[in-house]
Amino acid sequence: MKQQITKILFILTFVLMGCSGSIRGVGDMGLVIERASGRIQVVETTNKTILGGVKGLGDLSHASAVYSRDGRYAYLFGRDGGLSKVDILTQTLVKRVIQGGNSIGGAISQDGTLVAVSNYTPGGVRVFDSTTLELVADIPAKGEDGELSKVVGLVDIPGQKFVFSLFDAGEIWIADLSEVAKPKITKFREIGEKPYDGLVTPDGRFYIAGLFGEDGLALLDLWNIEKGPRKILQDYGRGAKKLPVYKMPHLEGWAIAGGMAFLPAIGRHEILVVDTNSWEEKGRIPVHSQPVFAMGRPDGRQVWVNFAFPKNDTLQVIDVQSMKVVKSLKPGKGVMHMEFTPRGEHIWVSVRDGDRVEVYHTDSFTKLTELTVEKPSGIFFTSRAHRIGL
Amino acid sequence: MLRIFLLLIFALSFSNSTKSHAEELTSQRQAALIHMLKHDCGSCHGLTMKGGLGPPLTPDALAGKDMDILSDTVFYGLPERAMPPWEGMLSREEIVWLIKQLKKGIPQ
Ligand code: HEC
Repeated sequence: MKQQITKILFILTFVLMGCSGSIRGVGDMGLVIERASGRIQVVETTNKTILGGVKGLGDLSHASAVYSRDGRYAYLFGRDGGLSKVDILTQTLVKRVIQGGNSIGGAISQDGTLVAVSNYTPGGVRVFDSTTLELVADIPAKGEDGELSKVVGLVDIPGQKFVFSLFDAGEIWIADLSEVAKPKITKFREIGEKPYDGLVTPDGRFYIAGLFGEDGLALLDLWNIEKGPRKILQDYGRGAKKLPVYKMPHLEGWAIAGGMAFLPAIGRHEILVVDTNSWEEKGRIPVHSQPVFAMGRPDGRQVWVNFAFPKNDTLQVIDVQSMKVVKSLKPGKGVMHMEFTPRGEHIWVSVRDGDRVEVYHTDSFTKLTELTVEKPSGIFFTSRAHRIGL
Repeated sequence: MLRIFLLLIFALSFSNSTKSHAEELTSQRQAALIHMLKHDCGSCHGLTMKGGLGPPLTPDALAGKDMDILSDTVFYGLPERAMPPWEGMLSREEIVWLIKQLKKGIPQ
């Protein structure tokens, strides 16, 4: 009898343990985009495993994601104009709307109530209620020329505002949505030729648009917007010998460390180093090929760089103090994206053509594990929920 | 006619100087080209060719457009307008094959 009871207790403990196992936080979770299958894989970084997939998300080439402030919901922006809200805890699709013809990215407002999506067609920004995904504001990006422009580089900044750039028109706009029914738009014209992406510094103060059509970048001090944007690094130059650009670099996730910013030079085999006080060039670091992402480790001590086609099999690590490449890795063809764990001990790397995600230790550079993921591209961890501009 | 002749000469002279072959593309190479089309062209034109930073390359979008002009665009690019040249990476023959696939519509 006594033995029986012990046995039952034993079993009960296990059952209960099983239950408590299903309550978990989201702080170590994230997602990997499977660009060709319209699916994401939800992952966790503590044991480095895949928790489950969510499908039916449409065309996810070039897709990106932002998180609700509680980290539970991911909003995905797909190429087909789809906006999907996914519960990563239960790995279910909560809601999906087709909000435009062709979208490129999105952002979530400071208070988490609004999700903004930037579209190529029809060129503009649409803003949605983050709970219901109902459209609350539509901002067509009609440039000074009267034409709708493709929108790039959409980011959130403090005060329920979003900043973005108009690729065709060469403008930067700030949309203030503190009164959702009446968005207030501030437009800066002639900021430079063909801005291809934009970013905001982690403190939310400076917005920077990279320019495809000319040398340099446009910088806007958001604490002093009356001064308007100015050009920086105008002489970094794509040089006399302009290299063809097979893939536009991304500015998101650039690295700021020790008063310096590291950003991919367009059409050059270099990372540019900029002084974040004077915004003058501080140096250039020669790298393997044309950089796509230059991502700073959360502690700012390293910058990891991937490259454009056809040299996209390589990953390089720059040591910030010495401004030198200290490590080159060859994960395989199609290194699309990388993401650091929240405090940077590991980095997750998408190897598209190898159908896998690799996890590396960022100090020893040893490969810790590989996960099977179909044509992986963007990796987004929930730690983004609490960072401005991501 | 003269144009076709010139093109032929061009194609032939080209096939000597680059890795392109006068024979049919192998099915392996075709698969590699489709992969490249989806992923590397797709980074600008969309994985399903419905457009992105670059215009759509769907059968509808390309209908009625001249093969020579399209293949020139791919070969030489329009670098000022963000379309890179693929000369050196793709042969003329491969480009023409790719555009034919685009005009037919690539399987998703
Ligand atoms: C870095 C971005 C980018 C990449 C990569 C790219 N394209 Fe383009 N492509 C463009 C842009 C932008 C245009 C439009 C240029 C213009 O006319 O303004 C274009 C135009 C074209 C056109 C002409 C379309 C028309 O209707 O006239 C064709 C064909 C084309 N691209 C094919 C390709 C192929 C094939 C590849 C891959 C081998 C490729 N592109 C890769 C950006 C890109």
